[in-house]
Amino acid sequence: MSTKARVVQGSAVLAGVLALTDAACSGPGATSDASGPGAHRISLLSVGMFTIAAFVFLVVICFLAYGLFRRRPGSDDERPDLEDRGGTRMVLLGGVAFPIVVLITLFVITLIALEAQAREDTGSHVLTINVVAHRWWWEFQYPDQGIDTANEAHIPTGEPVLMQVTSTDVIHSFWVPRLQRKVDAIPGRTNDVTLQADADGTYLGVCSEFCGLQHAHMHLEVVAQAPDAFDGWVGQQQQVPPEPTGEALQGQQVFLGSSCVYCHSITGTNANGTVGPNLTHVAGRTTLAAGTIPNTPEELAQWIEDPQSVKPGTQMPASDLTPTQIRQLVAYLESLT
Amino acid sequence: MATATEERLEEIWGEEPGPVSWFTTGDHKRIGRRYIVTALVFFLLGGIEAAFMRWQLAQPGSTHLTPEQYDELFSMHGTTMIFLFITPLFTGLANYLVPLMIGTRDMAFPRLNAFSYWIFLGAGIFLYAGFVVGAAPNGGWFAYPPLTGPIFDPGINMDIWSLGLIFLSISTTAGAINLIVTILKLRAPGMSLARMPLYVWAMFVTAWMMVLAMPPLTYANVLLQLDRNLGTNFFDPTAGGDPLLWQHLFWLFGHPDVYIIFLPAVGIVSTVIPTFSRRPIVGYPYVALATVLTGIIAFGVWVHHMFATGLPSLGLTFFAAASMIITIPSGVQVFAWLATIVRGRRPAFTTPFLFAIGFIVVFVIGGVTGVMFASVPFDQGVTDSYFVVAHFHYVLFGGAVFPMFAGLHYWFPKITGRTYSETLGRWSFWLIFAGFNVTFFPMHIMGLLGMPRRVYTYSPDLGVEGLNLLSSVGAAVLTIGIALVAINAIKSLIAGSKATANPWGAATLEWATTSPPAHYGFASIPIVHGRDPLWEQPDLGSDLTLTHGREILGTTITDADPEEPLPMPEGSVLPLVTALGFAAVFVSLLVGSVPAALVSTLLTLGLIGAWTWTLGGVPG
Repeated sequence: MSTKARVVQGSAVLAGVLALTDAACSGPGATSDASGPGAHRISLLSVGMFTIAAFVFLVVICFLAYGLFRRRPGSDDERPDLEDRGGTRMVLLGGVAFPIVVLITLFVITLIALEAQAREDTGSHVLTINVVAHRWWWEFQYPDQGIDTANEAHIPTGEPVLMQVTSTDVIHSFWVPRLQRKVDAIPGRTNDVTLQADADGTYLGVCSEFCGLQHAHMHLEVVAQAPDAFDGWVGQQQQVPPEPTGEALQGQQVFLGSSCVYCHSITGTNANGTVGPNLTHVAGRTTLAAGTIPNTPEELAQWIEDPQSVKPGTQMPASDLTPTQIRQLVAYLESLT
Repeated sequence: MATATEERLEEIWGEEPGPVSWFTTGDHKRIGRRYIVTALVFFLLGGIEAAFMRWQLAQPGSTHLTPEQYDELFSMHGTTMIFLFITPLFTGLANYLVPLMIGTRDMAFPRLNAFSYWIFLGAGIFLYAGFVVGAAPNGGWFAYPPLTGPIFDPGINMDIWSLGLIFLSISTTAGAINLIVTILKLRAPGMSLARMPLYVWAMFVTAWMMVLAMPPLTYANVLLQLDRNLGTNFFDPTAGGDPLLWQHLFWLFGHPDVYIIFLPAVGIVSTVIPTFSRRPIVGYPYVALATVLTGIIAFGVWVHHMFATGLPSLGLTFFAAASMIITIPSGVQVFAWLATIVRGRRPAFTTPFLFAIGFIVVFVIGGVTGVMFASVPFDQGVTDSYFVVAHFHYVLFGGAVFPMFAGLHYWFPKITGRTYSETLGRWSFWLIFAGFNVTFFPMHIMGLLGMPRRVYTYSPDLGVEGLNLLSSVGAAVLTIGIALVAINAIKSLIAGSKATANPWGAATLEWATTSPPAHYGFASIPIVHGRDPLWEQPDLGSDLTLTHGREILGTTITDADPEEPLPMPEGSVLPLVTALGFAAVFVSLLVGSVPAALVSTLLTLGLIGAWTWTLGGVPG
């Protein structure tokens, strides 16, 4: 291959890698698009380490290329060279001294980042949220506000919020890539992590520990709002839903008269099940079934009628309701803003 | 022309061709070949599982597979590649090569060797029977409870998995002990520890690691079985158990296992690179020492698999430091290879050499991302995302499968007596190298974009569609490359030209035998004066022929001074029958029949007694 062809080929590969890397800077879960102190720290650490890694890789490749392609006098000699006993210095410099310098650097920046992380988690927080993972959805309890909601956590922008993460069944992992590191949700244990968002917005989160059939559909949203908007949301969540009327009233009777109540709660009614998500303000949420489908009346009807076709393996059983009952039920649930 | 000595040795060591010897043989070469072929069949199965997964993930929201099928596929893909492919393959290669490299005629315990193989085959079939009965393991190769406990996974899927692995650990442990004794006691006179080939050093350390790493895994699996079938609560937090206990035990096995996979591979690379650079390896003592240190430090890094579980910070910093330190021995090895290439003659770009070079490139990428995982906050950022999937495929596929291909091409003429096609070999290398990188490099970015592992589908909103498609396309290229290796092997077996004894002009003792080696290996036991015997000594022959009977030479542990001829047993069907006895025990446990388990256990103990009795004091 000519030198020119090599340069062209090399540039093409480089351009490809850069294009891919560029793609990594956007997207709802892009770790590089950090929007909170925790994610910034990881992002900064990543940039530092990727730079060091690229340097180490280049050093090795340069040695390798030099070794493979350097000109050798008497290059046709195929007898083994038993004379040369040198080269040990290169092994010790490259294989011991060089890594030690790199590793000490890495260790120091790791300790600094860990220290900052510990300060963040032991510092003061404006709010505590209990994150309870279930197969396959997230429960968010605000113990001081008396709120219990699902798959959508609201937090005040710019304020540190303490998330106390646990699980009721198997091990899950709570991960909002643009805000913070991940932390495992382990039954019988509670792990603390601080969540803080720099800007208003909706941040995607996922379960990142394999937890069974619907591990892929266990998303969540963290909605960061200006503190006064957040207070408004809290006030709204604390309200008991008004008494339904018309079709919604019929829907409420369907709800209270069916097996729904064994698993779900709605404040102000007799429904107080704790297995499934609390539905007191279900209509205000943007998705259903932990990010599986958008929260529209049509999707909701489909979900109630045959949840297994929407999310195979979900704990929610199929219902034996008639189409009319489902319509009424949807009308009721849609009224629960 | 066969000499009188060779005829006499053939008489002693030869085997009747035919089905009987198929079941009774203790010949390390036959058993080694069997291991390799069986492991490659599992490689094919694991590859098919991967292909299904890439098919499903090529586009968002695919419904080619159900969630249950996807879970079974990724569980069995990991289990297969780790337990049934790469470790047995390297065990088989060592079985074939180690006795030849150290200049002896067989493994120390030929019957135990046959037994190890039969157990491996039995455990492999046991694990795959899950697909036949419609209950393949579905809780991941890591099997974290409570998900794999009796409440959340009540079927027999994970019973097959945990019993299968306990069953398999018998094979791994027996094989490892056999290797350790062989290496310590059967080296040719003069092959002191300081002259042992680096491949043998690597297998020596690997075998020790196998012996020490299997118990935590077996122990964890016994506890899981008790939880699942006898109502104990070791891993059930609602009854005072702790799910993290499993993770500690599993990774106390699991991280050393990474090096159980990796060290044989670096042993191959340390053999291939000097051969084609036409000089001894630079820094031999440092490479040997690095191998031993890796084996030791590997037992102190397991918690870096658990950085997100909420363990105390101080503990994490210890494991972060240990995980960083373990890269130093790897650095020593990489620079020893680089120095060997730099200071060597103009390299011959043969297929094995290309795979060794490809390995260095890919492994360094996997290595630098590996060091990043030692940095706790970074690990907590990307663990359990596709970034991890990318990293460990660079380390395991790049770090072990590339060297495996290097080794299989390198020793193909020795093992089969045929030469392979270099043209096809180079094509397969470039396809595998390109396919591998296109498959796995984009996964780094998927992980950084927030795609978690072990998901059967993903949302188009995540922005990972294009990358997933690219990865699936890469997998297709990779498959073609691997298929080309198979085509090359089959074509060469049928029509390849006959190989000479030492086609590469290599330095180690296996090349002093004919290609393929005779049943007895060496006509006379070589006497070794240095690290590169075939380069240093034009004439290896000695008058040590051991033609009195089926005997090998025992030597001292450190200096390999001759001690005494050791009698070796004839072939026997008892290893196979005993392995069948063990299979009956595990099947009984799986179906939950106490009487059957008791009867088969007693029967198996009886078989072990018969085996020992019939040996009559001969090791075997």
